[in-house]
Amino acid sequence: MELALIESVLSIAIRAGTSVLFATLGGIMTERSGVLNLGIEGMMLLSALAGFAGAFYSGSLLVGVFAGMIVGGLVAAVHAFWCVTLSANQVASGLALVIFSTGLADFIGQNIGPEGTTLVGLAGPKLQRFAVPGLSSLPIVGESFFHQDALTYLLYLLVPLIWYYLFKTRPGIHLRAIGENPRAADSLGVSVTRLRYVYTIVGGVLIGLGGAHLSLAYTPGWSVDITSGRGWIAIAMVIFSLWNPLRAVIGALLFGGVTAIQFRMQAAGTSIPTFFLSMAPYIATIVALLFISGRRSLYRHNGVPSALGTVYHRE
Amino acid sequence: MKLTLERRQGYGQWTLLLTILGAVLVALAFGALLLLIVGVNPIEAYRLMFVGAFGSEFATVDTLVKASPLLLTGLGVSLALRANIWNIGAEGQLVMGGFAAAGVALFWSEWLPEPLLLPAVILAGFVGGALWGLIPALLKIFGGVNEIVSTLMLNYVAVLWVEYLFFDAWRDPRGFGFPGTAEFPRAAWLPRLTGQLHIGIIFGLIIAALIWFLLNRTTIGYEIRVQGKSPLSARYAGINVMRNLMLVMFLSGGIAGLAGMGEVAGISHRMQNGLAVGYGFTALIVAFLGRLSPPGVIVAAVFVAGLSVGSEQLQLSMNLPASFALILQGAVLLCIAAGDLFLRYRVRLNVRPPSQQMVAE
Repeated sequence: MELALIESVLSIAIRAGTSVLFATLGGIMTERSGVLNLGIEGMMLLSALAGFAGAFYSGSLLVGVFAGMIVGGLVAAVHAFWCVTLSANQVASGLALVIFSTGLADFIGQNIGPEGTTLVGLAGPKLQRFAVPGLSSLPIVGESFFHQDALTYLLYLLVPLIWYYLFKTRPGIHLRAIGENPRAADSLGVSVTRLRYVYTIVGGVLIGLGGAHLSLAYTPGWSVDITSGRGWIAIAMVIFSLWNPLRAVIGALLFGGVTAIQFRMQAAGTSIPTFFLSMAPYIATIVALLFISGRRSLYRHNGVPSALGTVYHRE
Repeated sequence: MKLTLERRQGYGQWTLLLTILGAVLVALAFGALLLLIVGVNPIEAYRLMFVGAFGSEFATVDTLVKASPLLLTGLGVSLALRANIWNIGAEGQLVMGGFAAAGVALFWSEWLPEPLLLPAVILAGFVGGALWGLIPALLKIFGGVNEIVSTLMLNYVAVLWVEYLFFDAWRDPRGFGFPGTAEFPRAAWLPRLTGQLHIGIIFGLIIAALIWFLLNRTTIGYEIRVQGKSPLSARYAGINVMRNLMLVMFLSGGIAGLAGMGEVAGISHRMQNGLAVGYGFTALIVAFLGRLSPPGVIVAAVFVAGLSVGSEQLQLSMNLPASFALILQGAVLLCIAAGDLFLRYRVRLNVRPPSQQMVAE
């Protein structure tokens, strides 16, 4: 009985955490390059719309997923143009993109349904969960980790890959360098401008996968509150993870776990503490920040990109 | 031929005004493009929006009702930004101001003399927001926590807290399951000018004048401006940066808290769902659009409120989503952020290749 409970909570936690983890990984890639990304919520929302609309009209889930990735990348490209080329304030650009994207997603969603009607409430193709033969029969972790949808499995590959790329490869060193000390990187022949574009867009594509997961797998369909603040959770998780993809997994499971426990409690009929449980990711982020920034040495070794949010001018 | 950027030494008032107007026009032009795509005549749509927001006494009052919280939160955010503090937490501070005001209105009426109730409610609104605004300042001073992140995170904590109150702990038992507190006693209602327009907007105007005075006519205001321009030189000049940081966040939060007080004590007369509707971000738009100056913020608050009210009209008469207002607001902020480029640099069209100038990518 107890075991079944843990299994089901873990299973829901992973499902709920998938979109957040994609978005967190995207945020990490962008911010490691020194570009602050507060626009995640907007990128997720528009890509969730694109994902659903793409799958709805083509009948193909693959098209939906790609549409989500492309739109995520496009919104991120706008952010990069503002932050890198126009050297606009990165906080303003990110927040403006969220407001803009929220409006645009609602506006478009209400106009691109069949015969110009709304997309809200329509049913489209759904990403099914499937069991991985063999692995899914492992005790506890089997059913929860290996009976998920394809995008979740993609994450299992992406997390170690991104970690390896960031910390063990030459391009990864360049990426961290432009976020740490762009002037030094530039003097060594690394193109700060080009790479900041590349990684902001790569981050947007990852965030787009998170958006697509929401509208194709987690809560299939389209409504403008489909993200319900997951983009902000992702921003919290980027910091909580100290810009490290492996630690991001812990953050995503924490968020997913909170969601799963809320489901359980609502099912059991108690609703009071769910408000307080929902506060957990936000408070945890502040505490994590308090913990790392109080200690200078820890701060330095923990990957906070020093040049985060600053404009680089080659003068 | 290439576009080149030359660094400017400074800019005049006219350049500033032109960039703002330019930003607004570009944003409206983008909106017009969108309207054309969905087959709506943009000129007719913008005319309807204007009429919907300012075309009658009723419409103007409605716009001013929406402008009151935007004016207060916008003033709070702009004051903080003058000290180079990014307070994205206006939403949370507004909500906590509303919470404190509601608490006093609901539970102090029994023992507080009636004439003192309303002043207590107003004060509670200010203090509630101010204390909530003080938290990020303390986190920054004692923990080195960046205020952009902490104010953002604290928004959600505050919103969840008041949701807990009006969905659960303070829910009106006679409310037929409606999520909200009981109605406040009449003595706690904020006086109204006309329609739903309460005196909160007058608070806004007074505070705008006070902030202008603080920034331009007092030593602390001067320190705040120096600190905002260059924290390092402020420190060298012996300015107490930490104290000013606390003061600015206390005031900024308190002003936003007054907005929350106005919403609960001036309009709904109870604390209910819909208190938090994204003021934190809209306040930032208002502050940026008003270029952080109190008179500018007043105009910006009315303009941004007009966009919202006008879009509601658009929804009624043209069946367009009211989210059109969000698109315009977001576009305005994007354009203003981009417009800063023109304030910092002079854009030149050069026929010959540039030598020492920065090349626009």
